[in-house]
Amino acid sequence: MNEYPIYYKRFLQFALGLLAIALVLGLLSAAAFSYPETFNKFLPFYQLRPFHTSAALFWIITASAGCILFYKNDVFTGIYVGNTSEKLFIMLWIGSILTIFCCYAFKKFGGREYWEFPPVLSIALLASWLVFMYSYFASWRISKNKKPLYVWMWSTGIFFFLITFVEQNLWLIPWFRSSFLKEITIQWKANGSMVGAWNQMIYGTALFLMVKISGDGTIAENKKAFFFYFLGLTNLMFNWGHHIYNVPNGSWIRNTAYAISMTELLIFINIIAGFKRKLDEQKRLKHIIPYRFLVAAEYWAFANLLLALLMSVPVVNRYTHGTHITVAHAMISTIGINTMILLGSIGYIINIDTKNQKIKNFINKAYWHAQVSLAAFGSSLVIAGIIKAYRTVAIENITFQEVMQPVVVMIKIFLLTGIWLAISLISIVVCYFRLLNNKRTIKIWKEVNTVMLVEEYDF
Amino acid sequence: MLVKIWVSLFLAFAVYSWLVYMHTEDRNNVPPPDRHIQAGWQLWQDKNCQSCHQLYGLGGYMGPDLTNVYSDKGAKYMQTFIKYGTGKMPDFHLNDSETQSLISFLAWIDKSGKSKIPASVVHWWGISSK
Repeated sequence: MNEYPIYYKRFLQFALGLLAIALVLGLLSAAAFSYPETFNKFLPFYQLRPFHTSAALFWIITASAGCILFYKNDVFTGIYVGNTSEKLFIMLWIGSILTIFCCYAFKKFGGREYWEFPPVLSIALLASWLVFMYSYFASWRISKNKKPLYVWMWSTGIFFFLITFVEQNLWLIPWFRSSFLKEITIQWKANGSMVGAWNQMIYGTALFLMVKISGDGTIAENKKAFFFYFLGLTNLMFNWGHHIYNVPNGSWIRNTAYAISMTELLIFINIIAGFKRKLDEQKRLKHIIPYRFLVAAEYWAFANLLLALLMSVPVVNRYTHGTHITVAHAMISTIGINTMILLGSIGYIINIDTKNQKIKNFINKAYWHAQVSLAAFGSSLVIAGIIKAYRTVAIENITFQEVMQPVVVMIKIFLLTGIWLAISLISIVVCYFRLLNNKRTIKIWKEVNTVMLVEEYDF
Repeated sequence: MLVKIWVSLFLAFAVYSWLVYMHTEDRNNVPPPDRHIQAGWQLWQDKNCQSCHQLYGLGGYMGPDLTNVYSDKGAKYMQTFIKYGTGKMPDFHLNDSETQSLISFLAWIDKSGKSKIPASVVHWWGISSK
């Protein structure tokens, strides 16, 4: 009988732990932002924020890689066995992340946005990712079948994460530090494209789930799906410039980014055009919990794309850049889209739909609380951003403290809605964590006429 | 066919990246950072200043954007903040030399341009250079 290696489960548990840490430390960061005088005495904001951002970032990357580890065997070989390279990747990856957190605890920083750990640890992360790539592409080579779109997406995401991660560290070469504008431009080029890279991995996983849940393989093979994949890839490569509209470098960089980002209108229109079909599909599949998470991600993608399109227009960006609207965009993207898909995927892996009704009701309740609280959470950030934008640009000779006075009120509302959101998501995390501990939790979904038939494997 | 499209896009990405690396230069002809400025830059990173402050709008939102703080407020004002902190900003216990390095770094950034983008260059169709 085929088995999944036990360390796959442990890796996903580690990822879920990172999500819980990101949520708790996010709340503490918001509290430190609102009450700095108190927090500066024992846990200042500049120390909390790296914990929060790194935990969130590593939750997304670790869970994406963890889900791909589970699915790649299913897709490429049909054999559920691990190998040394996978174990090495997991050990190196977890070891690097734990070391990064130790550095933060001792206030050892590298001081780069989102990558705030000492740069020497990038070597360990890079080595780890190279091992993961070796493991993935070795399995990829074995399969001689036509590769469905989700395989293209996973491969693209894994490859571009490597490219952008290396690019993110180019600042260590002195030539890249000869000009601050060059340095900051490349930093944001790498960061912007890296988001596109992990989105490829996550959207690939969402597509894989859709194929498995609906039993319709054509959705990962048709021309339209490939057209939108290439559109996404183009955006990954060239749509990072809206981060640096106000950096005084060549207009060609900014205008290229503006032109490319407007192609996302096609994605936006496609979502709207597909809503009716999606609603019909929803009626048919609404009882499947992973599917619900995918639907939630779709709605959040719609809202976030609208925000992204607006922020990409230079006259709007002039106001929104450097405000909490950017934070709202990042939060909705990481929580509303990435986290929803990943929770759906882990739910699928642990076969949540075959659990008893009590567990399913619990997840369902937490799911709805997460959606409503995220809406309130995102809205409070957008309002905070609008207030800051108006006061910064429209009012002359105003001090930073005066700008921030009404913003801080919104941050306190954001903190309260954040507590609600964190409780909802942590409830799901705890439930998943415990189910991953159970024996006989993981079953391989079998595609035979019906979507609900599962085949069970032991550990 | 799909592979050809992918490779073409990747080549375009490589060329574009090269153009960005080679042609993103200071129009104000700011000289490269000397050792003093580099020490300040390193300090900025070691103390994780970007976690609370922004440069060109990039960084945390706890404190103000510091891109043009040197020309807006002056060295004396910066010195007081950096050296002693405020209620909101912690005191990092920097010595005089470290404080001066940090001010030199921020003065160097100030020369590279203005963080606030003027309304006259921003349009619905894009951004003009002047």
